[in-house]
This record gives sequence, C-alpha cells and structure tokens, in this order.
Amino acid sequence: MANVMEALSRRAMDRRIPLSVHVDLTWRCNERCVHCYLDHDDPDELSLAEMRDLLDQMAEAGVFFLTLSGGEIFLRKDLFAILEHARLRGFDIRLKTNAVLIGEKEAARIAELGVHQVQISVYSHLPAIHDAITKAPCSLEKTLRAIALLRACSVHVVIACVLMKPNAAAFEGVQKLAGELGAEFTIDPTITPHLNGDRSLLALNIDRDDLRKIFETESLVGSVAAFTAPPGPVGEDVLDGTPCSAGHSSSYISPHGDVYPCVQFPLTCGNVRQQRFIDIWRDSAGFGEVRAIRARDLPVCSSCDHVGTCSRCPGLAFMQGSMYGPSSADCEKSFVRTGIPSAAMLQGTGTRPASHHLVQIAGVV
Amino acid sequence: MEPHHVTECYPKRAPNLAARVFDEGEVIIMNPVNSTLFNLNETATAIWLAADGRTTLRRIVERDIVPVFDVDPDAALRDAGEFARSLAEHSILHLLSAPDEKVT
Repeated sequence: MANVMEALSRRAMDRRIPLSVHVDLTWRCNERCVHCYLDHDDPDELSLAEMRDLLDQMAEAGVFFLTLSGGEIFLRKDLFAILEHARLRGFDIRLKTNAVLIGEKEAARIAELGVHQVQISVYSHLPAIHDAITKAPCSLEKTLRAIALLRACSVHVVIACVLMKPNAAAFEGVQKLAGELGAEFTIDPTITPHLNGDRSLLALNIDRDDLRKIFETESLVGSVAAFTAPPGPVGEDVLDGTPCSAGHSSSYISPHGDVYPCVQFPLTCGNVRQQRFIDIWRDSAGFGEVRAIRARDLPVCSSCDHVGTCSRCPGLAFMQGSMYGPSSADCEKSFVRTGIPSAAMLQGTGTRPASHHLVQIAGVV
Repeated sequence: MEPHHVTECYPKRAPNLAARVFDEGEVIIMNPVNSTLFNLNETATAIWLAADGRTTLRRIVERDIVPVFDVDPDAALRDAGEFARSLAEHSILHLLSAPDEKVT
C-alpha cells in the first residue's frame, strides 16, 4: 500500500488535489481536557444541510481521505446522517472521538458504514490519571468499554496517547493496553497553543528527559540508531522541498466553515458559507502563500543542520509568529533527538523554554 | 469459480468501500476492512464503474472496453476475468452467478 499511497500523494501535491480534509464537526465536548486547544462554547456549527453540501463539494474536488473530529463528534445528533452521506460520496472515513458515547448500536453502525478507522484518546491505563486529564469521572471506563465494543465489530481502532506532564510516564501502560485490546497505538508528545493564541498550555509539555525516553524506545521509533543519527548534508532538492502537505494536498475546516491549511495552522483562507470549497482551495491568497514556501525561503531554517530531517510544522511556526520562522517545538525535538542544536537555538531566534514538542510517532503493537 | 465462468458472472462493487475517480479516469479504492489501497488504471476503472451487479463481465467488456480501448476482444476478456477474480479475492468486487434484482 505504501507505494500506491506515495504515488497518490505525489500526484495530489503536483495537481493540487485536496486529497485529505479534516473537518471538525463541533467544538462542543463532554470532556474538559486540561491540554485542549479549543473553545467549547460554539453555537454556530454547520447544519446537516450545510454539511451534506460541503461533502458533495469535497467529493467533487477530489477529497478522498476524510477525518471527522471535534470537540466530541458524538454530541452531534445528526452524526450518523453525516456519516451516511459521506459513505454515499465515497470518502475514506476516519473518526476521532473520546468514544464515551459509543454503545453497542453506535459501534455496529460504524462498522456497517465501513468507517476505516476510529482514533480514540486514552491518556493512561490508570483511571485516576486519565480522568484527571479529561476532568470527567469514569471517562476511562466508558472509553475502554467503547473500544471493546468497536473491536467486537472488527472496527480498526487507534488508541492515541497525548503525553503531557501529568501522564508523562503513561505511554508504556497505554501501549500494553492497546495490544490487549487489538488496537493500533500512537503517541503524540505535542501540546499546542490554544487556537485563540494563548500559549500557557505549553507549560504542560513533557520535559527533555521524558522526550528522550520516547526517542529511545524502539517500539515507537524503529531503529533508535537511525532515528537519533545526526543529520547529513542536504542537496538542492531538499531546499526546493515543501514543508508538509498542509495546503498542498490537505486542509482543515472548522465547525463553522472556516478553511485552514491544517488544524494546527489557523490561517483563515476562506469560509464555505461564503465561497465554494474548491474556489477557496484553488484561489485564496492564504493557500497561495503557503504553497509558495520552499525550505530555501526560510531565513533561519534553510541554514539549519536539521533542514533535511526536521519535522518543522509551519502551523506551529505561524502560531509562534511567522510561517517562515522556526517552530521552537521542532527545534527542541531535533535537538533532543540528535544532541545537535538547531540554527534557531544557536542564533537565539524563536526559541522558547525547552518544554514544547511536536512529534507524532506511530507504532503497531 | 473457474476462469472460463468468470466472464459470465455479474460483477458488483462491494458496498461501503471508499472510492474516488480522478480526472485521468483512474480510481482509488480503499478497503476499510484490511486497509488495502487499490489504484485502478483506466480500463480497470471502466470495468469497476460498470460493475452494477446486473451486467455480465462479458457484456461489460464488449460494451465498455473493446469499442473504447484499442484491444483484442479475446485478450480483453481474459484480462478482465483475471482482474475481476483479483478484486473478488480482495473482497472489493462480488462475482454474482445471477443478476442482482435489488439493484435499481
């Protein structure tokens, strides 16, 4: 599948097909996670009719991979009507949920509709830790029950463990739990700023020692020697490369129709209540600027030793001040991974306290 | 099913698959059960799109492949049979022995 996927991604990038779109159906939530970057009081969601129209537009534009997330998507009473329409339009559907509201009926319907994957947040195998993060009593118990129901229906479940100070040591327990439940496992030691710009959440990020422990865990990173190897010299092709798929072949749509390059890149490029999705995708100035950026255009990062291997997130850089600037979270990650400071660290530009990181490591257990 | 029978069966796309047809006439199909991704070329896509459960594979080839693509009819039928069996093995195409009356 990797070769087909790579070819598909390359073609989408070359032809500017919005292959993947992440839609937040709601920002309302039944949990109050300490690290959440969203406001939950959001009365202006796209209606079912608007969602159906948007799905039609996205299918016509070539969107194939559709992620429906939130907030908590099961708070929308019309969720299954949306899923049924998405199925009719041929999307590869992935859901992100805390699963608290998934019972037997919901699990069976998800399976019937051919949902490809359900990603569920679990912060610890210990209820005291998980429930303290979600601020919802018995939430771990309800979530695990739902995972078991989904697995009984053969639904592909991914357990996602966001790591932060309160659960820094939790990943091994959650990884073991995922194995027992027949679920895939992924961790994300990334706490991002609030979408309103508040950066105080970053204080929750795990410290360097805990991040290093993750980077030295073979079941998460594969070959530790290769993963932590110092970066080599780069060619012109790297400097001519694009940072990531955001705005090139992927996009994000908020519950009220704002279109961003990515959920972590809150550059409003248009709103689907005012323009057709494809017109925003093709013609907005915001997408145009994002697409024009090449590694060689980055004043600090282009001269960095890590330019060829860094997972620099342009969205986090944007939230830090400039989409052309460094993302301190990624500088930190490159440093902890290899022991070699980034150009931004050496220049003293754009660096922040060494506490926030961006990395997504997936491992099948 | 024996190879010579495949052309007389009624191929039908499996339900609840993710699929997208791109401008070049190619289709991408994802089987969510086993996360298998398929990329069909133009002729395979023509067969896939015509697989409505009420038309035999032979008829699909005669109607949608031979007149459109520059191919030998016997070779086209043979290739189509192999293709249909392959997709059936991956559970993204059903090979029905009788037309599906439920299809509207």
